[in-house]
Amino acid sequence: MTDTSLPDTPTRLRRWLDSLRSAPAKRVQFDRPLTPWAFVLPQLLVVGVFFYWPSVQAVTSSFYIEDPFGFGATFVGLENYQTVLASGEYRSIAGFTLFFAGLVTALALGAGLLLAVKADAVIRGSAHYKTSLISVYAIAPPVAGLIGMMFFDMHIGPFVTLAGWFGWQMQVGIDYWDTVLALVLVSVWKQIPYNFIFFLSGLQSVPVSVREAAAIDCRSGWRRFYTVTLPLLAPTAFFLLIINVTYALFDTFGIIDVMVKDKPANNPITLVYKVYLDGFKGNDIGGSAAQSVILMGVVFALTILQFRFLEKRIHYG
Amino acid sequence: MLKTASFAALALSMSALSAFAQTEITWWHGMGGRNGEVINEISQKFNEAQGECHLTPLSKGTYEEALASGIAAFRSGEQPNILQVFDAGAATIINAKGATVAAEDLITGAGKPFSRDDFIPGVRNFYADATGKFIGMPFNSSAPILYFNTDALAKAGVEAPKTWEEFEQVAPKLKDAGYIPLAASQLTWMMVENFKSRNNQQFATNNNGYDAVEGTKLIVNDDAQVMMFDKLKEWADEGYYGFYGAGWSDNQKPFEEGKVAMWIGSSGSFGGLQKTAVMPFSATYMPYWAALGEGTQSFIGGAALFAMAGKPAEQNNCTAAFFSFLTSPEVQVYWHENTGYVPVTTAAYELAKKQGWYDQKPVAEVGIQQLMLPGGDWSKGYRLGFYPQIRSVMEREFNRIFSGEVTPRQAFDTIQSEGDALLARFAKTAN
Repeated sequence: MTDTSLPDTPTRLRRWLDSLRSAPAKRVQFDRPLTPWAFVLPQLLVVGVFFYWPSVQAVTSSFYIEDPFGFGATFVGLENYQTVLASGEYRSIAGFTLFFAGLVTALALGAGLLLAVKADAVIRGSAHYKTSLISVYAIAPPVAGLIGMMFFDMHIGPFVTLAGWFGWQMQVGIDYWDTVLALVLVSVWKQIPYNFIFFLSGLQSVPVSVREAAAIDCRSGWRRFYTVTLPLLAPTAFFLLIINVTYALFDTFGIIDVMVKDKPANNPITLVYKVYLDGFKGNDIGGSAAQSVILMGVVFALTILQFRFLEKRIHYG
Repeated sequence: MLKTASFAALALSMSALSAFAQTEITWWHGMGGRNGEVINEISQKFNEAQGECHLTPLSKGTYEEALASGIAAFRSGEQPNILQVFDAGAATIINAKGATVAAEDLITGAGKPFSRDDFIPGVRNFYADATGKFIGMPFNSSAPILYFNTDALAKAGVEAPKTWEEFEQVAPKLKDAGYIPLAASQLTWMMVENFKSRNNQQFATNNNGYDAVEGTKLIVNDDAQVMMFDKLKEWADEGYYGFYGAGWSDNQKPFEEGKVAMWIGSSGSFGGLQKTAVMPFSATYMPYWAALGEGTQSFIGGAALFAMAGKPAEQNNCTAAFFSFLTSPEVQVYWHENTGYVPVTTAAYELAKKQGWYDQKPVAEVGIQQLMLPGGDWSKGYRLGFYPQIRSVMEREFNRIFSGEVTPRQAFDTIQSEGDALLARFAKTAN
């Protein structure tokens, strides 16, 4: 579906340039040409040292099979990539990562939005609801993993006992899908408060006049939400989408590490965890570097995709 | 007032000076809890016993994290003097020639006496090169042993099995008495590596990997190895064996709680079990198959200390002094009695015996006695590259066996091919 109301890129670019010219007050003028560079230099240095330099190192290492202590290295060209991509295990981990990221993002965004809408509607004692919903955010991922691990422990976990009442022999750590369930639940639970905060502040910035006007026009609460509130929330939702995808792909590392008790066996793990396993526990620097380069490519593609296709549809007020 | 202050300042600078004259050495290890505390105590004893060297131990987390930190530090020239490396990481550090100074060379180079024969037979080869020269200094050594709930065995009217054949006799009785007869932690160590050692079965070509890195292949999809897991699966299906995943403590816990009658764990688990087990227990050797042989000694588990290369001579002399201190019978006995790891020298074993430690705690002797059993050609050790990853492959496949996704034969075929691919990759790093 193409949205005809959106102008094409050249028009947008021209308008943007016009807006710059018409609003000179927003532009800071520097007398010397080097001054702005001096201001951005610290940031550039940080990005260079902590991102570009390691990235270059990763790309270089990925073409070698290397002795971990750095004594011998054999140039193998693309062999590391071939090994990784040909490995059935790697492909199944990639599949799981995709599934996991999609599910965690959808559930965390959905639950966060639902709670925010409901909390926004509460008048009496709303501060208490909000605080108790937000407080989970203060828990660090490994701690969340630890709590999750105890809840789902095969010997003492209350959730396992609960499942037992329904005749379900839950075996987190042995049964693949039971572990998936536990991982998804803990990861979503950890991320809901973050989404909640942003959705709530987004909702509160929807002007009362707009809401009132909508209330006069339409009786259906669901339709009002869908046609008026949701589009106004779109910038927040887009921002959260990126944050949540990144969270599910990378920040769940701590949760996974604790929940699989650093022995993943046949349990579900994500691509980042695999990089860590091969690099840090297996000391296979070349293979691990190739995997992280692949992951870097995925993130790059994802970012372009999101900004090119999704952001266009979002209206910033 | 001013006078006291200046005196204090003087005293402070004096003590700083005298500390400065000492040679500082560092020791990175991968132990926590009580074991980590005992390491600190031993280091303090060393510092108090002499004046020239000052040793600082530092925990780097787990074994794997200690090795990874050591590698990263070495690559940036910041390596510690001593690095603790676990059994499965032995090939990684020993094959990186130039990363370490052989413990034996270090000690003799410092003019201190060293004799391989002082060490108990089971630990002599594991961290040595093909000629028997000690590269790593055996430190915390353990053996897999069979712990049993004495109440459960009495209730079922059975004795602890010496062989797996005997286990098959007693298991139904234990089940009838209301117990899960058997559990085992870390099947890679128990049912593969020490299945090989206890039954004197070859684990890899090239003399279990000691002779060469190039062309080394696993020997794991042979009939004997597959039979062990066919049996385990069969026992699991009949309720004779409980599989609780890859985590160590998940398998230990049901034994501590008295649900499982027998558990194969580490001799080093003894200290912890004394605190956590709710029932009286004892231990015996890990079972072997009478059909395969007489039951040879097991591989040592645990870790060794490696002297990292690239350090000045006076620091190396301090490291050598510490290695000698560490292998002295008194220190070994202190370590043994406080942690449950076995003493690594015969003299230390004799001393512990003389002091009556084993009359008090008979279980503490099981591990060392198992390591002193007659050795076979294949019970000396193994030297396999990327072995931590090979273990991960095994763990993955074992979970699949017990969830019924694959048969033991299929699982070991996968382990064989993925393991060989990893070994071939490792051979390329050594060029």
